Amino acid sequence: MYNKGTIIPGLVIFIVFVTFPLWYNGLNAGTVPKPDLPVGQKECVAPVGEMRDNHMKLLNEWRDAVLRDNDRVNIKVGGKEYRKGLQLACMQCHTDKEKFCDSCHTYAAVSPTCWDCHLTPAEAATKKETH
Amino acid sequence: MIEKVLKGKSTYWMWLAVLGTFIAIGAACYVRQYMFGLGLTGMSRDVSWGLYISQFTFLVGVAAGGLMLVLPYYVHDYKAFGRITILGEFLAISALIMCLMFIMADLGQPLRGLNVIFFATPHSMLFWDMCVLWGYLILNCLCGWVILTAERKQVHPPKWIYIFVYISIPFAVSIHTVTAMLYCGLPGRHFWLSAIIAPRFLASAFAAGPSLIVLACLVMRKFADFDAGKEAIQKLTTIIMYAAIINTFFFLLEFFVGYYSEMPGHMHSLEYLFFGLEHDGHVYNNLVPFMWTATAFSFTGLGILAYIKIAKVFDYRLVGTAAALIFFSLWADKGLGFVFGGFVPNPLNEVTEYIPTANELGITLGIWATGFFILTLLYKIAVGVEHEIEA
Amino acid sequence: MDNTRRKFLKIAGAAALAGIGAPAIVKLTSHTAFASEEAGHAVPVPGETGVHGEAASTGVRVGMVIDMRVFAVQPMLLDQAIAACNKVHNIPHFPDRKNEIKWIWKAPYANVFPEQEVLHKSEMAKTKPFAVLCNHCDNPSCVKACPTKATFVQPENGIVAMDFHRCIGCRFCMAACPYGARSFNWQDPRPFITNYNPDFPTRMRGVVEKCNFCGERLALGLEPACVEACSGTGAMVFGDLNDPDSEIRRVLDKEFTIQRNPAAGTKPSVYYIV
Repeated sequence: MYNKGTIIPGLVIFIVFVTFPLWYNGLNAGTVPKPDLPVGQKECVAPVGEMRDNHMKLLNEWRDAVLRDNDRVNIKVGGKEYRKGLQLACMQCHTDKEKFCDSCHTYAAVSPTCWDCHLTPAEAATKKETH
Repeated sequence: MIEKVLKGKSTYWMWLAVLGTFIAIGAACYVRQYMFGLGLTGMSRDVSWGLYISQFTFLVGVAAGGLMLVLPYYVHDYKAFGRITILGEFLAISALIMCLMFIMADLGQPLRGLNVIFFATPHSMLFWDMCVLWGYLILNCLCGWVILTAERKQVHPPKWIYIFVYISIPFAVSIHTVTAMLYCGLPGRHFWLSAIIAPRFLASAFAAGPSLIVLACLVMRKFADFDAGKEAIQKLTTIIMYAAIINTFFFLLEFFVGYYSEMPGHMHSLEYLFFGLEHDGHVYNNLVPFMWTATAFSFTGLGILAYIKIAKVFDYRLVGTAAALIFFSLWADKGLGFVFGGFVPNPLNEVTEYIPTANELGITLGIWATGFFILTLLYKIAVGVEHEIEA
Repeated sequence: MDNTRRKFLKIAGAAALAGIGAPAIVKLTSHTAFASEEAGHAVPVPGETGVHGEAASTGVRVGMVIDMRVFAVQPMLLDQAIAACNKVHNIPHFPDRKNEIKWIWKAPYANVFPEQEVLHKSEMAKTKPFAVLCNHCDNPSCVKACPTKATFVQPENGIVAMDFHRCIGCRFCMAACPYGARSFNWQDPRPFITNYNPDFPTRMRGVVEKCNFCGERLALGLEPACVEACSGTGAMVFGDLNDPDSEIRRVLDKEFTIQRNPAAGTKPSVYYIV
């Protein structure tokens, strides 16, 4: 093998670098987040597992249905009707973005742009009409 | 061949360092804009495109201008351009990279840029512009590189490359035609709604691109020991002269249509650009000095070129001056007046003037510096190969 | 609001044509008085759709008549309509002209109708502010220009809608619109919103926005916010332009109306009685 002296240390440095997140955290993924669930509401639009995996896809489907296909048919959860949408449906029960959405998103290091436009109940309350 | 960029005289490194400084400033300005939004620019609800799009429009022309070297050499076998055709192709590459950077700088949501591909929309001219710009960029990279490699090995380029060379010719025309179509198909903007926009864009492109190449040749003659050859430069000045005359002619036709018909919509933008537009007791005229300087430069440049031809003199300083004057005048015409003038007055007959901000200028200069940086490296390679063959 | 109008609005808002089979939809579309059917059978009157006339589209096409005679005598009314729109859509108020976001706003006649500007105008045209908003054209040049279909015509009701999720902020639509109806978010609008409507999103920086003819309110069977703010006055009439029995068509049949820059060929859906 040519240049053994450079290649092998180089490889070692590379591997150390690539695996940095693993050993830096001591091979521990940290405590799994426990998002705050709404009180008194047991049902969601889909079973927990499916929501956990696909809520982002569902939101995209709703977005396209409402905005592009003009399909604004309400959804029914637990006998109550909701208009499709993050603000109009999801956040009616999951009122606390920080304790619900953010708990997992922060853990998974994803930063969805939803709230650049959509108002959380907390945000909406900051500028509530007063009269 | 890339290794050639790593060896150079101190002037070469100094030049790169100067450009690097501007690039760094531009990058810092862009970070600011990215964090805050396009509100850091001078653009407004009424003048919704500014320097970025106007520079983009001008540089598409510079890129298309390379055609004036490729066409005579490959189609008409004009041997004198043998040494400099590669310069036209490399200029196109750097100009197109600048174009794409200007577009990105102009997007409100740059991270969503790929939506143009995900949701491809053939009835939008911007979609086609993206197609032809990328197409022309790839074609020039391919042709430039393959031909230069063959030249270095002193063999004939492979036959298949000529297919791409010939495809690149209509592509060069198409990039500027489609860019013109971004403007000339919009029903509410009288200044742009003119069938002569595309031909005028092409004429000005065929003057602006070769002008820049002439200037680059003169710089390299002085600093890089590269001589394009007197015949090639002379032929280029002829091309520049005719293209610039045709551009001027087309522009004067716009004046005739506006001022003879006296239709307000056709006159307003020209009035704003050249004389100042009076509106509600206020005269708006911030582009007037630029437009008249450009006019003076254009006619002076053409005068010098005419003198060179008629008196049969050849002087590099004269040629350089003429090329610089014409290049600047075309830049002011298309890189400022055309885009900004089109927004005045707005569809509600209101006037808002556009004045770029410092941050915006920083980004603009940064992108120009990036383009010249890339151009310098590419020309270094091309000249290096020439020297290698001669050695 | 009378019952048929409410029904129409609901249909215009909801997925009328899709026939997805959801109970709510079936209930709505089972009414025979649904506008598009009649429009489909309407016989074109000779001369009405001549070579230079505008061929009517089919299906529901919402439109608006703005009666300036009413606004002229009730100066506060237009302000109320604008305020109503600003409130429901979380429209920011920027103090400077450069950043303005406008869905519906006021402008003098000379600016709204620059092509029909004359020396000797009526008192109203000289002094009264006119309402300006997106024309929701049948042949919109903004939609043609958009490279991502972020702005598009909703086939169910003819509204020129915006998908803020998709807009890349290239502002080609702003250059293309012959009516200056579009605004761009040059910066984060939230600090400039006075009160939030929790039922509607705000926008983020970097996207274009404009009047949406209250698509979200039509879905609930409500009139557009500006129309509602003028209710009972007849200042703004909203309805299906393709339904010969609609209130808006009755008004259009009776009154002489003008449109903004019809020469642009975009076929606006907003009419003005001056």
